[in-house]
Parts: sequence; C-alpha cells; structure tokens
Amino acid sequence: MVSLKDFENGETAWCPGCGNFQILQAVKQALVNLNLEPYQVVFVSGIGQAGKLPHYLKCNLFNGLHGRSLPVATGVKIANHELTVLAVGGDGDGYGEGGNHLIHAIRRNINITYIVHNNQIYGLTKGQASPTSEIGLTTKTTPQGIILKPFNPIAMAISLGATFVARGYSAKIPHLTGLIEAGIKHEGFALIDVLQPCVSFNRLNTYQWYNKRVYDVTTDSDFNPENVSEAFAKSLEWGDRIPLGIIYRSKRSPYEQKLTALKTGPLIKKEPSIEKMKRTIKEFIA
Amino acid sequence: MKIDLDFVFLIGGEAGQGIQSTGQILSATIAKNGFHVFADQDFESRIRGGHNFFRIRTSDKPVQAISEKLDCIIALNAETITLHKTELKTNGLLIHDSKSAPKISEEINSFAVPFEKLAVEEAGNRIMRNTVALGAVIAVVQLDLSTLESVLKTSFGSKGENVVKNNLSAAHAGYKYAKENYEKNFVKPFNSKQTEPKMLLSGVEAVALGALASDCKFMSGYPMTPSSGILHYFAGKSGDMNVVFEHAEDEIAALNMAIGASYAGVRAMTATSGGGFSLMVEALSLAGMTETPVVIVLGQRPGPATGLPTRTEQGELNFALHAGHGMFPRAVFAPSNAEESFYLTAKAFNLADEYQIPVIILTDQYLSDSYETTEEFVLSKVKIKRGEIVSQEELEKVGKYEYLRHKITSSGVSPRVFPGTPNAVVVTDSDEHTEEGHITESADVRNKMVEKRLNKLEGLRKEISPPKTFGLEDASTVLVSWGSTFGTLKEAVELLNSQGKNVRMIHFSEIWPFPAKAFIKQVKDFKELIVVESNPTGQMADVITGETGLKVGKKVLRFDGRPLTPRYIIDKISVEA
Repeated sequence: MVSLKDFENGETAWCPGCGNFQILQAVKQALVNLNLEPYQVVFVSGIGQAGKLPHYLKCNLFNGLHGRSLPVATGVKIANHELTVLAVGGDGDGYGEGGNHLIHAIRRNINITYIVHNNQIYGLTKGQASPTSEIGLTTKTTPQGIILKPFNPIAMAISLGATFVARGYSAKIPHLTGLIEAGIKHEGFALIDVLQPCVSFNRLNTYQWYNKRVYDVTTDSDFNPENVSEAFAKSLEWGDRIPLGIIYRSKRSPYEQKLTALKTGPLIKKEPSIEKMKRTIKEFIA
Repeated sequence: MKIDLDFVFLIGGEAGQGIQSTGQILSATIAKNGFHVFADQDFESRIRGGHNFFRIRTSDKPVQAISEKLDCIIALNAETITLHKTELKTNGLLIHDSKSAPKISEEINSFAVPFEKLAVEEAGNRIMRNTVALGAVIAVVQLDLSTLESVLKTSFGSKGENVVKNNLSAAHAGYKYAKENYEKNFVKPFNSKQTEPKMLLSGVEAVALGALASDCKFMSGYPMTPSSGILHYFAGKSGDMNVVFEHAEDEIAALNMAIGASYAGVRAMTATSGGGFSLMVEALSLAGMTETPVVIVLGQRPGPATGLPTRTEQGELNFALHAGHGMFPRAVFAPSNAEESFYLTAKAFNLADEYQIPVIILTDQYLSDSYETTEEFVLSKVKIKRGEIVSQEELEKVGKYEYLRHKITSSGVSPRVFPGTPNAVVVTDSDEHTEEGHITESADVRNKMVEKRLNKLEGLRKEISPPKTFGLEDASTVLVSWGSTFGTLKEAVELLNSQGKNVRMIHFSEIWPFPAKAFIKQVKDFKELIVVESNPTGQMADVITGETGLKVGKKVLRFDGRPLTPRYIIDKISVEA
C-alpha cells in the first residue's frame, strides 16, 4: 500500500498561507486513496505558481510551457494510455494562454484529469488581472478596474459537452480530495476548477470571501448533475452563492477507446511490423 | 550529354478539372512502362477556376529536374493553350478539346478531341473529360492502353466499380477517337519497355513513408501547404499501421503533443510550413530544454506571412537554424529528392533519439509536390537507433526513485527511461533544472546544464555526412546548392561541362551542424564559389561565409515562387560571366 510519505518530495517555494498547499495535500491524498504508485502517475504542468505543484510531489513530471500543459498531456496519454495522466496549472495558464487547448481537450474527451488552481489573479508575475478576475478589480494591468466579463470555465465546459466538470475549494481539503479521486476514476476528460485564495495579490477573493459563499451542490436535493440544463443553470451561479462539487457528468467514450491503434493496447507497446512496412513501400511501385 | 528520350508533357486546366489526378495517372502509366518520370506541379491557392498545370518529364535515364520546353500539351481548357503554346517545341503536340479551337501555327501538331462530349456520351459525366484526354494521349504517343487501364483500376478502385467502369469507358472513347481520326499523325517517343517498374511517389509521401519505416508512432499536425500531404498519408495509414495521427487545434498544440508523446516513449513528429513553424518555435525551445527527441518537417513556401501559399522557396534556412529562444543543439536536414526524403527522415529520427534533440527537415513546395520515379526503398537500410535507454537491471542498481533524467555525462546525453517504468520517475522541466529534473536557480547547476546540453554538439557533428560533390573534379568554379536544388543543379553542371565549361558542384543535404571541415576540403583550390538558391539573398552563402570564412563570389537566386530549372541557372551564370 502506498502512503502519503511515498509522494513526499522537496521544499516548496509558495507564499505562506497559499491555497496551493491545500491543493497539494488533496492531490497526494487522492493518489494514496486510489493506491497509485508514483511511477504510474504523470503530471504535466504549465507555468505559474500552480505549475510548480508536481515538483513537490514524487511522480513523473513534465513541467512544460505556460498554457501548454494539455497538448503535452494529450501526447503522453496517446503514447501510453495505461498511465494516469493529470494536468495542472492556474487560471492564467489554462483559461488565458491555453484556452484553445482546453476547448479541444474537452472535445477529444481524452482521459486526463485537469486541475486548475483558480485564484482569479496572476501570482507568479505578481498581481495582474486573470481571465477569471472580477469586473472592477484594479490590478497592475487594469489600473482603472477590469472591464472584461470574467471567464466561466464551468459553463464553457458544459456547453462543449465535457463529461466531468467540477468545482472545488482549496480550503475544503477532504471535499477536494474526493473530487480529484472522482476525476481520475472518470473515463474521459475531467475538469476540476479549484477556487483558491491568493494571499499576496488578490485582496478581494479571500478565504473569508469564499467561506461566506461556497456550498456543496449535494445539499441541493433537487439538483441532478446528469441533467445538462440543470447543470448549466448551476454553472451560472456566482456571487452570493457559489456551488462546489460535481456540476456536470455524462458518459461518452474517451478518445483512447475510439482509435483503432489504441484499442488493442498502448502505442508504446506496439511492435512495428516489418512485413506490413515492406508491403506499404511496394504500394508505390508503379 | 545525350538523352535518348527526353519528352515533356504538360497537363493544364482549371482547379477542379482533375489536373493532379490526370498527371498522376499519366506519370504512373509511363513509370509502369519502366521509364523514369519527374513531375512538378504549379497550382494556385484556390479550389475552382484559375490556372493549374502538372508537368511530366520522362526519360529512359534517371531525371530530377524540369525542363521548360514542352513536347506535348494536354489542354483541358482554352487558356492552357494561350498560356503555354510558346513553350511548345517545333512540331510539338497539342491535344485539346474540340470545343476550344485555338489559332495556332502550322508548326504545332494539333489533335482536337471532343473531351467533354465523349465524357458525357460514353461515361455519363463531363467530369471524366480528363480521362478521355488520357485515352487520347496514350493513343497519340503510342503507349499501351492496357497499362492505362490497370492504372485507372488502381487509382479509382476505392471509389467503387461504377467509377472504374466509367473511367475505363472514357479512356477507351478518347483512345478510339484519336486512333480513328489522327493515326497518321501519331508519334512514338517511347521505345520498347524499359527496366522493371520503379517506385513513383511525391516528396511528401516519401517523408511520411520514411517516418513509418522509422517506427514513428505518433504524428500531430495542423494542415498547411505544402506539408499537408505528409499528414494525409500518415493519417491514411494509421489504421493499418497501428499508429496515431492527431489533427491538432493549432501548430502550438501539434508540436507540444509530439513532445508529450516522445517524452512518454514513442517516436513522434509534426509537419508544417513557415507560418505554422513560427507558432512552433516556443515548443522547439521546449524540446531543446527538456531534451525531448522530436522531428519537425518545415516545408518551405514563399513568405513573409502567407506569401505565395502554393509556391516554392528556400527561404527558411536561417529560420530553421536560429529559431527558438535560448541556446540548444539541433540538427537540420534538407533532402535533395524523394529518395533522400525517405532515408534522411529515418536518420532524423535516429539523431533525435540518440542526442535527445529536435531535428528539422527542410523541404519545400517543389520537392513536396513533385512526383518522381526512384529505386525501391530498402527497408533493411533503415536502422532504428533509439539511443541510450536505461535497462531494468541498471535501474535496480540506481535505487528506487533515484533515476536522474538529466544526469550530467561527458557526451551530454543522459540515458532515458520512459514514464511508467517501476521504481523510476521521469522528471523534466522547461525551467532550468537539476539532474533529477526539478526546477532550480543554482548558478552552479545552470552552468553545468548549459554545458551538458551544448556538449551534445560535439558528437552530433560527427554524424553529419559530408556534402555531395559532382562534376569535373579539378574545376575551379564551384557551384553550391542545398535541398531540393540538387537534381536541377546537377543537370545544369552536366550541360555546362558538355558545352566545354569547367564546373563542379557541392551539395548540402545535411546542413547542421554545418560540415565546415568537409566543405573546406572539398572546395580546396577553387577560384570562384557560386551559390544557387531559391531565395532573395542567398542564405546558404551567408552560412558558408559565417562557418568557413570563405567568400561567395556569385549568387544565382530565384524568388518568384517558381522552381529553379537547369536553363534558368545556365542563363544566369552565362549572363553574369
């Protein structure tokens, strides 16, 4: 059996009090609960404070470029779909720089769990507006206040037919752990948007701000996350009440179950056929 | 140099008239008779209308250049006649639709055939006018109708019996009409059947085939002329060959996906053109930093920006050599022809794996879209070298989770492990990283890592084959070319020397790391260096000067988007001489 200790690795470089610590803890606990060994797990991360998370874990890691975690993770999963592949990054990384990749990862429904640390601000570059920052917030790049409508990842993912869409909150570690476990177990692409206070640069969306607003969707006994209309309505809730949990879930065969080459096992284990190749060359003989 | 058979066809018409398929079928029919074929394509960036042509040069000897002078025009519309009649040799052949009655000189041997009428009457669809034309051509040049029939069956087989049947009827109708009306004017350029049939394929097909032969299991890409054909061929084979092609959302994703797949252990590549490569540049640097092997095909076309999307240029040499932020080793190849496109792709995969670097293959529209006959590729010549990979026993000695992905070694190459291997985690980072692969700011580690990565160049340099030489060995005038210009310059050199000039050529297919020592040895007592390139400034000339200190005297350049020809080169040299 694996334990939390198996995933311990190195010192962190985050600010004291950062929500990232809580997310790291939830990630570790989810991996332990699923009894995954470090060698079976691949994390692909982008650039930002969130992108550093896998460095503080023991696991396979490809820490790539800002915004580009999903295409790298897609390549990894296609090459070896026996691996448990997670992508991780922040709101700037995933919803700004990498927005196009998110759209198409959802369409592919490839079996990757994507955790987005959504602190509604840029941390690594020191406090600029992010795609999810609130209207009116003044930041270094928006001295007169933000005039753009915030990006709603949950609503977008549902509208694109994502098969697993959830929202967690870093301060609710056991709840977040459950979402990450469910996301990994889900067959298909899983988006987990994680609300996370930035103690250094976001003076608006603080622990107190979130604590007052968040609630668990399962407490709403009428809500069915498998009903797309109800899920979409739920995705638009923001302000005084912010729903946490699995907002939408549906069934659609993941990418790797649909491709001929992947149906019979991972790509990396396929031996090339000399006979087939010779025949293929012969097809060009006039 | 005397060529016994040197016969050039041009098939012209609008986009949408099937110019390319007509050209391919005629090329295949001639190749099936054992003759050599070299065919280039000139088309506009549009789906319907405009003017496109497909030029087929045939010979009983290997041929790898085009000739502007035509022996036979197959005009699917009237405009083709207007645009190309001056290129026709004296007594050349013109096969055209009866409804376009051109005013032409008596020196042209003209054959009016009701392409469209016969297509409607005999095959039930005017779209098959090009097949009627093919039947007529085969009759006029007295090739076997049965060979055309068998090529038509292969070409249209996948479209169903009816399509095959109608195409055969169309071909028969054209053949019969020509025979009944013009038999006394027929010519016989093709002597008896030559050697065994050869391979006939395009540059893009040769690259994709080379990738499959190299056990490339994953290709990602975003369509862009002139490299889309690589994606199409690979994707088409994915079911049969157990490989995966992924149509990425953009070129940024394409290269990042290939890097992800390669990190996870399978050989991966992507193919694009200049604009797409611009988007890939960031990830190119990522491959350099994370030491992830990857092969990128950069099919050149004239820029800047969208440029001339369907035409040719060799304008991205500097871009390929210098693209990417930061410094990291790379290899850059530029295959000369279809055969080299196959074998150099295989070499690109080996060097990528052995040195854990990105390798760029520079092609261009001319090479990509040209069809040529070539000897059958020999699969046993493709050796798959995956580079240093840590075995299970070695890993056990290292200790549980103690494997270092970026271990400092004297060669700069750190043996690889693929994720999913028990007792090892594979860690890499686009940030500067430790031997383990974790982010670091240490000045000492930084110095060691920079040196480690760049140290790979030393071994890599030894892998590069010397440039190819051709012509009179002691000639003091040296012509220099690279990439797809090989066959064209070779023919120009043969012609110049046959006219009593004294020239030789040195040709680069493996450009980077630049084989400076080999080149200096090859040029030895030269008097004049002349570069021949398809770009406006002579990028190779600058590379030569930069890497060897040697001065280039003259530059024969072409940048109108059209391919260099032997005649163009000879004219430029003579004018300036």
